[in-house]
Amino acid sequence: MLTLTRRQTLALGAGGLLTGILAGHGIARAAVGDTLTIAYNVNLPSFDPTVGPSAVNPTIQAIYRSVFDQFIGQAPDLSFQPGLLTDWGWNEDRTKVWMDVREGVTWHDGSPFTPEDVVWSLERAADETTGNPIQFIWSTAGNYTIEGNRITGDVLRFEPTFFKWMAFLTGYVLPKAYYEKVGPEGFEKAPIGTGPYMVDAYEGNAFLRLKANPNYFGGKPAFETVVFKFVPDATSRVAEIESGSSDITLEVPYEEYDRLREASGLAGVATPISDIGMIFLNDIDVMEDRNVRLAAHHAIDKKAIVDRLLRGYGVPIDTLEAPEYEAFDPSITVPYDPDKAAELLAASGYSPDNPVKFTIQTTRGFKPKDYEMIQAIVGMWRKVGIEAEIEVYEIAKHYELRAADQLAPAAFYNWGNAIGDPTTSTGFAMFGPSPHSVWDTDDLDGMIGPLWGEPDEEKRISGWKAVSKYIAENGYVIPLLQYVQPVVYKADLAVTPNVSGALEPTLVSRS
Amino acid sequence: MLALQALHRLLMAAVTLFGVAVVVFVLLRVVPGDPVAMMIAPGASPEDVAALRARYGLDLSIPEQFLVWLGGVVTGDFGTSISLRRDVLELLSERLPATLELAVAALLVAMLVGGAVAVAGTLARRSVLGSAIDGFNGVMLAIPDFVWALALVLGLGVMVPLFPLTGRIDPTAADGFSSRFYLVESLLTLRFEVFADVASHMVMPTLALALPLAAIIARVLKASLVEAMGEDYILLARLKGMSETRLVLQEALRNAVGPTLALTGVQFTFLIGGTVIVERIFAYPGIGNMAIDAVINRDLPLIQGLVLMFGLLFILVNVAVDAAVAALNPRLRHG
Repeated sequence: MLTLTRRQTLALGAGGLLTGILAGHGIARAAVGDTLTIAYNVNLPSFDPTVGPSAVNPTIQAIYRSVFDQFIGQAPDLSFQPGLLTDWGWNEDRTKVWMDVREGVTWHDGSPFTPEDVVWSLERAADETTGNPIQFIWSTAGNYTIEGNRITGDVLRFEPTFFKWMAFLTGYVLPKAYYEKVGPEGFEKAPIGTGPYMVDAYEGNAFLRLKANPNYFGGKPAFETVVFKFVPDATSRVAEIESGSSDITLEVPYEEYDRLREASGLAGVATPISDIGMIFLNDIDVMEDRNVRLAAHHAIDKKAIVDRLLRGYGVPIDTLEAPEYEAFDPSITVPYDPDKAAELLAASGYSPDNPVKFTIQTTRGFKPKDYEMIQAIVGMWRKVGIEAEIEVYEIAKHYELRAADQLAPAAFYNWGNAIGDPTTSTGFAMFGPSPHSVWDTDDLDGMIGPLWGEPDEEKRISGWKAVSKYIAENGYVIPLLQYVQPVVYKADLAVTPNVSGALEPTLVSRS
Repeated sequence: MLALQALHRLLMAAVTLFGVAVVVFVLLRVVPGDPVAMMIAPGASPEDVAALRARYGLDLSIPEQFLVWLGGVVTGDFGTSISLRRDVLELLSERLPATLELAVAALLVAMLVGGAVAVAGTLARRSVLGSAIDGFNGVMLAIPDFVWALALVLGLGVMVPLFPLTGRIDPTAADGFSSRFYLVESLLTLRFEVFADVASHMVMPTLALALPLAAIIARVLKASLVEAMGEDYILLARLKGMSETRLVLQEALRNAVGPTLALTGVQFTFLIGGTVIVERIFAYPGIGNMAIDAVINRDLPLIQGLVLMFGLLFILVNVAVDAAVAALNPRLRHG
């Protein structure tokens, strides 16, 4: 008979435990196959895509779009396409909106999707008591009526971007009957949508597990299961993809991107997205001097910043309109010209020996190389006669100062605009009364004001181009670059890059 | 007498927690970062901003806000998280078990490793090996937990991928739990495969937290052991022919463990604080990871709840350590 000493028993137990723990890792590996595992860069705070702070977080939209459908869909190139609405528009005199609702769609619980769901979602979004952050757009139409699959409503205040917002933040259709039955808390615990994937399991700060919706109107998704692992630390995301624990990840440092895409079994794609880096100028102190503003812009070698700091991953821009945006005008340029910058400063009595002084605020680590970029810019400025002192702050502080119009004369920030409309970029960033603008001058507000409700689309877009030109000529803001989003994935996957930056599982397939 | 001591303890705990509540509440409202500023819609008017402020009760004066919040806390209502839109107490009770399992595992590993190093160092104290152990321990002591975390990610996560890098459990196996104590529950319900999976996810964060604490324990325990080894009763035992190993383990260790235990208790509270960064690196869903998101989002109710929770944990740990030290030391036990 085999007898074991106490020491042998302990050793066996420890050995068994270690073997079990190591084998436990095997479970995680074995699941890969029909499962797409995404090492995602943010946590999902809340499931309701129409209320609360997370509803306006662009990074989370990829998750929301997996579970819910938007009123209007958006292709990876930012063009609009039928979503739960198959057609939409205004009547001739812009006093009515009409929408045709897709037929044959079901919610994840099997119940039919109806025009009532669309109307309820629109009215709920327009109701200021529900807390939809984009209520100011949704409230511009109302009094909806349903006839068959067509919805008609009154235009309460003409808003040219009304339908564009239907493919953007909070533009999601939620299930009326289900939501009213379970309430907000019940919905958070068991959300349903009409989207390509259904919520299967969720653990905050850890993962979201989705399973394919076999009845999806766009066809059954490529993967049976999708797992979003919430990995906010970039180093850990690199490790996730490098170790094979995840199949795809995004927003890794550019140095790591260059290394990983060359690694065996991995591939990468880097695409310019609808997110730009810029320097807000506040109309205070020395920034009231046009020469100083323009000199500050002309003195920045944006290409050198992109090439040397961002390893070429960025697109220099001269207006707040990126090339994919509707009001982008390539003829508007503010070239790098240090001599001109010095001349402008000299005209105002400044020189390298007698520099103009101001503070520039920036985040550090919030966006790729943000602090380093500002350091480089301050160095470029110094050569022409600008002495800027860098003040580092947290992004929360930026929001607070911006809302109170108390930013420093210059402040670095990034701005997203996934629908590419000029109102959601130049408009909100530069219109004085906007809580997100710190430039408040009557001349610019006078140009922008009439464009908000301009019904003639051609006239509206050309109006915004004129605004961009005027801003560039007067140096009211310093646009820097359009960001490039790096995505790394296993080589046996095919990934369609999304200009909106949303890494949607439906854009990933097996190659 | 015992009842009076307990009452005194309870009173002190309440006073401490109240102090923590006041400090955190005031600090959060003084430091930069307005949560409402982070939620303002692009087209919001000043009236919209005021309404948003009123929705979260931020339109009241700070003393009024404090009284409203304190009144809620006393009745078990810690408020609603601004960013997660859920009851704060519910969120804390969901996340705390993950952190507790991690912290306790780290403590056990630290005690085992630290104890082993201390004993080995004591046995080899007059040799080159002893110096080597001391030097090694010094290096361990100098490396903070987040550096260990990154080194482990690289070593055991990428170069030799033995353990899962992130999370608490394999997402495809995370079903069927009736509590949030995954490790304990899977063991008690004899789901060994799940237990192994949960344990494998804990290995790296546990080591990252445990190794710096182990170095501290090793240093303090070794000093106590060396001191004890010079006592008369050890000399007597040695004269009786007891081996050096038995002298350390059976005689010196019992007397040396008291101060180490007290220090370990204090360090354990720091270890819980260390979970914040380690949980972030390993995407481990505990209260530490949640705390970072709460701070980034200026989620005032959640931060307040988290700090109170940390404060309560610190108090409970200290009470437990005092009790343990008293139990081990008859002089303290009998006043």
